Amino acid sequence: MATVALRLDHADQRLRTRIRWSLGDAAVMTRRYSLQLVRVPTILFFALLQPVMFVLLFRYVLGGSIPVPGTTYAEYFIPGAIVQSTAFSSFGTAVGLNFDVGRGLVDRIRAMPTARFAVLVGRLASDTVRSLGMVIVLVGVGYAVGFRFENGVGAAIAMMVLAIVFGVPICCIAATIGLTMRDPEAVQSFGLIWLFPLTFISGAFVRVQSMPGWLQVVARANPVTLAVDSMRSFAYGGPLEVHLLETIAWMVGILAVFGPLAIRAYKRTT
Amino acid sequence: MPVQGDAAIWAEGIKKHFGSIRALDGIDLEVARGTTLGLLGPNGSGKTTFVRVLATLTHPDSGRAFVEGHDVVHDATRVRRLIGLAGQFSAVDDHLTGFENIVMAGQLFHLDRSLASNRARDLLERLDLDDAADRRVKTYSGGMRRRLDLAASLVAHPSVIFLDEPTTGLDPHSRLGLWEIIRELVRDGATLLLTTQYLDEADQLADQIVLIDHGRVIAHGPPEELKDRVGGDVLECQVVPPDRLGDAIRVLEPLGIAAPQVDRVTGTFHVAVGSTNSTVLVEAVRRLDAAGIALTDLALHRPSLDDAFLSLTGHAAVTGEPSASDDESAHRGNRGGRRKLKRRVSRQFVEATEAV
Repeated sequence: MATVALRLDHADQRLRTRIRWSLGDAAVMTRRYSLQLVRVPTILFFALLQPVMFVLLFRYVLGGSIPVPGTTYAEYFIPGAIVQSTAFSSFGTAVGLNFDVGRGLVDRIRAMPTARFAVLVGRLASDTVRSLGMVIVLVGVGYAVGFRFENGVGAAIAMMVLAIVFGVPICCIAATIGLTMRDPEAVQSFGLIWLFPLTFISGAFVRVQSMPGWLQVVARANPVTLAVDSMRSFAYGGPLEVHLLETIAWMVGILAVFGPLAIRAYKRTT
Repeated sequence: MPVQGDAAIWAEGIKKHFGSIRALDGIDLEVARGTTLGLLGPNGSGKTTFVRVLATLTHPDSGRAFVEGHDVVHDATRVRRLIGLAGQFSAVDDHLTGFENIVMAGQLFHLDRSLASNRARDLLERLDLDDAADRRVKTYSGGMRRRLDLAASLVAHPSVIFLDEPTTGLDPHSRLGLWEIIRELVRDGATLLLTTQYLDEADQLADQIVLIDHGRVIAHGPPEELKDRVGGDVLECQVVPPDRLGDAIRVLEPLGIAAPQVDRVTGTFHVAVGSTNSTVLVEAVRRLDAAGIALTDLALHRPSLDDAFLSLTGHAAVTGEPSASDDESAHRGNRGGRRKLKRRVSRQFVEATEAV
C-alpha cells in the first residue's frame, strides 16, 4: 500500500511539474509576443489607425444614409465597429503565426521540450492585450463622435470585456488559417477575406431587417450579430440574457473546434 | 531496443517521402558519443529532412532512429530535452535583445529565470556577443545572428547538437569564427551532427563524413579516407616562358603521387599531391626558385564537392528536386553546392614565412 501511495504521489508531483512548466511556457511566449507589440510602436499605430478610420468613415460618410429607428447612428454602430475591429485584428494573428512558421521559429520551439500549446496561447494572450488597447481607444473615439454609455459603469466595463473576449475565438480561427496555409500570400489574402462576410452580414452596421429574407437568417445566427446585440444591451440597457448566452455558446463552440485544429496544425507544420 | 553500443545517434532504414519526392530513401547512420559527423550533400539531397527526423520535427515513413537511446518518434519529449538544434535560419526574435532571446530560450527549456540569465551571459560571452548582448537583434549582422541562434540552442547544455548548414551564406571571416566555436563544443564533449554542402567544412570539423545524394548514403568514412578516394589535393602550376615548362615539371614531379597532367597550350600542368598540408606549396616555390623558373600562377586546389561526387558516384552533384525545407535555402541564393577553395601562392607564402 505504501508503495502505491508513494507512486501516486510521485505521479501527482510529475503532473504538477508538467502543468507548472506548461503554464510557464505559455507565459514566456505571451511575454515574447507582447514585447514585440510594445517595441514596434508603428505596428500598434497602424493596427489602431484602421479601426479609427472605419469609425469615422461610417459615422460621417455612410451613417447618414443608414436608418436606425429610435436611436442615433453613432449610438447604434459603435458596438458593431468595436467587434469588427477586434475581429479584423485577428488578421495579425494569422499573418504573425504564419511568419513564425516560415522563418523557422516554430520549428525551433517544436524541437524544444516546450508545451505544444504555448506558442498558440502566447499569441492569443498577447492579441488579447492588443484588443484591450484597441477597445479603449475605440470607446474614446466613439465618445468623440456621439456614442454614450447609458447603463452605468459596470455594464460599460462588461461591454468592453465582452468585445475583448469575443476576439479570442476569432483569433483562434485565424491562428488555424495562419498555421494551416503555408503560403504567406495565401494567408495575407484569405486571412482578411473571411472577415468581411463575418462582420458585414450581421447587425453590426445596419439593421438585420433591412436585408433580404434569406440573408436575415444568416445574419441573425451570426455570432457577430449576437455579440453586438449583447454589447448594445450592456451599453443602453435592454433584454440581454438570450443574446449573451447564445454569444457565449458560439464562443465556446468555436474554441472547442478551432482550438484543437490550431494545435494540430501547429504540430504538423513541416 | 536495438544494440547501439556507445552511439549517441543511431538510425536505421529511415525513409521519408513528400508526395512523389523521395526525400530519404533508407538512411543508416551511427554517430559515436563525443564525435562529430559531417553530413555532406548538395541541396535537395535530404540532409535537412534527415536532421528534422532526428530532431523530432518530422516523422519518418519507415525506419527507426534513436538519440541517446531514446526513440525520436515514441519518446520525442525525452529527445527534445537532450538536443540542441541550430541552422541556416536564425530563429531569433528581431525585436528582442540578444540577452532576452537566450533567456527566453532557456525558459522554454524550463530553466528557471536566474539560471537562464547566468547561462545567457556565459554563452553570449563565449560566442563573442557580450558587447551586443543588450542590443536588439535587428541590428545584428548575419554572422552575429547565426552565433546567437547557436547560443539559443546551447542554453540547456544539450548532449547532442544538430547544426543544419551553420555557415551557409556567411562571409569567410564569420565562417572561420563559427568553426572555432564548433570545435570548442566538441572539445567540451558534445556529440555533433553537422550538415554542409562544403567538403572543406566537413573536412575541417568532422571525425566522420557521410556523403548523401537523393536520400541515400553514397559514401562514408573519415575525411582523409574520402579525400584520398577523391584523389586529394592538386598542385596547379603555370610557367611564363613555355620552354621552361619541361624543367618545371621535372622539378615538381617528385612532390606528386601520380604522373603530372600537362596542358602545353596554356603552359599549365597539374600534379596530384594527395592529402597534404600547405607545406607542399612552400616546397614547390623553393624548388622552382632554386631552379630559377619564373611563374605566372601556382595554386593548391582542395577537391571540391563536385570532385567528390564525380569520383564517388560517377556523376556530378546535380541539385535534385528540393525537399520542403531545402527549398528555402535555394530561395536564399545558395543553390548549387559548388565551391572551390583555392589557396593562392602569395597569401600562403606570406603565412608560411610568418610562421617560420
